[in-house]
Amino acid sequence: MSLFNWFRPKTTAPVARERLKMVLAHERVGNTHSQLIAVLQEEIIAVIAKHMQIDRDKVSIKLDKGDEVNTLEIDIEMPSQLAQV
Amino acid sequence: MAKVLVVTSGKGGVGKTTSTAAIGAGLASLGKNVCVVDFDVGLRNLDLIMGAERRVVFDLINVTQGDAKLSQALIRDKRIETLHLLPASQTRDKDALTSDGVARVMAELREKFDWVICDSPAGIERGALLAMYHADVAVVVTNPEVSSVRDSDRIIGMLDSKTARAEAGQRVDKHLLLTRYDALRAQRGDMLRTEDVLEILSIPLLGIIPESQDVLKASNVGSPVTLADPNSPPARAYMDAVRRLQGETVEMSIPSEKKGLFGKLFGRRVA
Repeated sequence: MSLFNWFRPKTTAPVARERLKMVLAHERVGNTHSQLIAVLQEEIIAVIAKHMQIDRDKVSIKLDKGDEVNTLEIDIEMPSQLAQV
Repeated sequence: MAKVLVVTSGKGGVGKTTSTAAIGAGLASLGKNVCVVDFDVGLRNLDLIMGAERRVVFDLINVTQGDAKLSQALIRDKRIETLHLLPASQTRDKDALTSDGVARVMAELREKFDWVICDSPAGIERGALLAMYHADVAVVVTNPEVSSVRDSDRIIGMLDSKTARAEAGQRVDKHLLLTRYDALRAQRGDMLRTEDVLEILSIPLLGIIPESQDVLKASNVGSPVTLADPNSPPARAYMDAVRRLQGETVEMSIPSEKKGLFGKLFGRRVA
């Protein structure tokens, strides 16, 4: 800590501003994200259903928001006899 | 042409009811015909802030359900002739408010008044949505504090999507009212500054109401702060906001006590 900083104690408002910007950036796209997931789920199921029979309830799609990257996780349970073909 | 204004915020305790009463009384004091409507069913308080708590006979729910006429439920203010209150029900459940019933009452209020000012309940549920649905103009009340700003952002999103205007492809005219502002603390860097909040929420600024003991004093005696002490800093700030609502150009300032060095140094400093 420099002498300059020692004389000027750290203020909290800039921290508040940055935290707000960060959280709102996530929340503002939040609504479109949930729609995006629904659309992706439908379209992915449609593509797979062209080639095999799948149980719609056994498809799970999750979006994980990280600091730098978001991951889209798609989990589809296939009937075992199909998987072996 | 009547204007319907909703005073909303998402977060509770930021000053919606205080602002509804102050703006309503301010507009009425300029000669406008005003009705303030309490949408906070079950937790009504606008009657208390307006000093009309002992005069409530019928309420908004009675009118929406046809149990009373609008004229029977309206309470005329004793200080200003053109100011009226439509109280909320204290005993009924908020589900008693139907969207059809509210639509009928709002249409009738539009015919009678220049300004209809709806005091929204806190939250983002049904009551808040009904309060904002018919609005032409919205005043988003925000404290310079993280949780309030976040909730205001949410409410702004709803004003853009869940109102009659939004459904018709039009816009609700949104304004930011920054309340409980402490210029000295913002100057020191320990409170979000006006420009921080404006940058984050990006809606135009209607006014900055300074943190003041006068607000509590006015509520103690049941008077809108703009009537209780018109020369007090919050009253002057609210009157500036009222003039801006009417389309006047008023220079943005944070009124302060007209004494002491602090007022001179910081009172006039704005974003």
